[in-house]
Amino acid sequence: MLRFILRRLGVAVPTLLVIVTLAFALLHATPGGPFDSAKHMPAAILKSIEAQYHLDEPLWRQYLRYLGNLLQGDLGPSFQYRNTSVNELVRVGFPVDVLVGGLALLVALFVGGSLGLIAAIRRRTAWDYLPMFFASLGVAVPVFVVAPLLILIFAVQLHWLPSGDWRWGQPRYLILPVTALALPFIAYIARMTRGAGIEVLTSPYIRTARAKGLAPRTILLRHALRPILMPLVSFLGPAFAGVLTGSIIVESVFGLPGIGRYFLVGAINRDYTLVVGITVLYGALIIAFNLLADLCYAWLDPRVRLQP
Amino acid sequence: MSPARSATPWARAWQRLRRRPPALIGLGTLILIGLLAVIVPMLSPYDFATPDWDALLQAPTGTHWFGTDALGRDLLVRLMWGCRISLLVGLAASLISVLIGVLWGATAGYIGGKTDSLLMRTVDVLYSVPFIPLVIVLTVLFGRSFLLVFVAIGAVSWLDIARIVRGQTLSLKNREFIEAARALGLGDATMIRRHLLPNLLGIVIIYATLTVPAVIIFEAFLSFLGLGVHAPLASLGTLVADGAHHLKSHPYLLTIPAVFLTLIIVSFGLLGDGLRDALDPHEAR
Repeated sequence: MLRFILRRLGVAVPTLLVIVTLAFALLHATPGGPFDSAKHMPAAILKSIEAQYHLDEPLWRQYLRYLGNLLQGDLGPSFQYRNTSVNELVRVGFPVDVLVGGLALLVALFVGGSLGLIAAIRRRTAWDYLPMFFASLGVAVPVFVVAPLLILIFAVQLHWLPSGDWRWGQPRYLILPVTALALPFIAYIARMTRGAGIEVLTSPYIRTARAKGLAPRTILLRHALRPILMPLVSFLGPAFAGVLTGSIIVESVFGLPGIGRYFLVGAINRDYTLVVGITVLYGALIIAFNLLADLCYAWLDPRVRLQP
Repeated sequence: MSPARSATPWARAWQRLRRRPPALIGLGTLILIGLLAVIVPMLSPYDFATPDWDALLQAPTGTHWFGTDALGRDLLVRLMWGCRISLLVGLAASLISVLIGVLWGATAGYIGGKTDSLLMRTVDVLYSVPFIPLVIVLTVLFGRSFLLVFVAIGAVSWLDIARIVRGQTLSLKNREFIEAARALGLGDATMIRRHLLPNLLGIVIIYATLTVPAVIIFEAFLSFLGLGVHAPLASLGTLVADGAHHLKSHPYLLTIPAVFLTLIIVSFGLLGDGLRDALDPHEAR
């Protein structure tokens, strides 16, 4: 297991380094410096400001300094929001992402998993065909189409739910964003679980269990469930990445104050440090989650650890 | 020997595909949308760019079948242009990514050893890069351009194909007919061209069909955020975004492009599933 962890870390660390280096390179490749707008600034003051931000140092020292700051979790100042660091924006926005994204992921796992499992057990019945029809639709419809359509139906036509905005502690404002974010993943997970379920339930060892006269319940819960749910664990990594990027859309459509919206507003306003900082954060989160999913999988399935 | 021995693999694949109505429906829908996208803008009296200030935000009528947008432009023509662009971007970027992926994966699998680990570790690293944020950053820093969107999409979507082609090449490499060919003294180039590539073609076609809708969604995503094609041109993503702005008063501006985008993506999905059954002997039961 230790060797496996080390091997995965051997991929994760260079990946992170690639992202950070890319981020740094992008920041420096941008046309124009951060203080270009202050045209009438005397040369001496400009120099002292540049010294303050260490812009007068050679590039490799700036790079090392950037790495050092990142290691301490410092994403740097925001160009747009004066006197605010990227860290503070993340601190304000991130709880929203955790709540919405986490709920969406949980809903997707639970609903998608259940639908897929039922479809696999009741194969070739309405329990299979109906959910799978909607699942193949749901896989095809991207979040940015689902979100406005949900608003159109449940907010504009039916007036059941608010069409956007955000209030802490009021679940009404959560329902539509979480649904929009979760729907494609529900569809994907349902299809995946159904496929895994059919494969497992038709495999010889389940037939043996049936021949022994075990109750269907016992077969399902004791013998079949774990291997059926295995693919879900390895899907967690990509699903997490998908929820992150989906949240950019969902937050801007529903007007939620998460980092996804800061990211987009920053992108439109050319707030370089903010945008690059959030990209680095996204990268680190995705890598961490992939690592976690891999480790969970290896822990659950010993065969994976032994593979070269 | 089976009696179908005389039929070529392609003829048999076509036979199998013909027996799958969903795949045929998908193929038919795509051909129909493609034809409409080419023909309708040529026949229509309207074009996608010229505003008509006397016909702003009109609901669908006899003169404007799908209504008009906030600048009085005919939605039908804009929609068909959107389909053109989305399909074109989807097909072209997929072609690029398939080429890169096949070359990368086949090289890794065929040469093996250190080259293999190096190439595949690179793929592993690229897998974890948050590409969508990165592409957004790129468009912000260097200004949005069609080429950038193109390169960005092509650069992301080859990873899956590279992995699959490598796996397939590895398993092909140890098969008897490759050994026999080697024993006959075939060179690497001929081996790849004559024996490897033809056997990879099936799986490559399957994944290419699945890459196209992914690329279309990605392009639409960028256009939805306003980072894709330039106005007044519109892709399906731009039209959905425009529609989302007016959804309270003019929902058809959202629903019509949404339906077409979904139709295209579902059709590619159906076709891909059918092709997988028809071309991949392991999957066919």
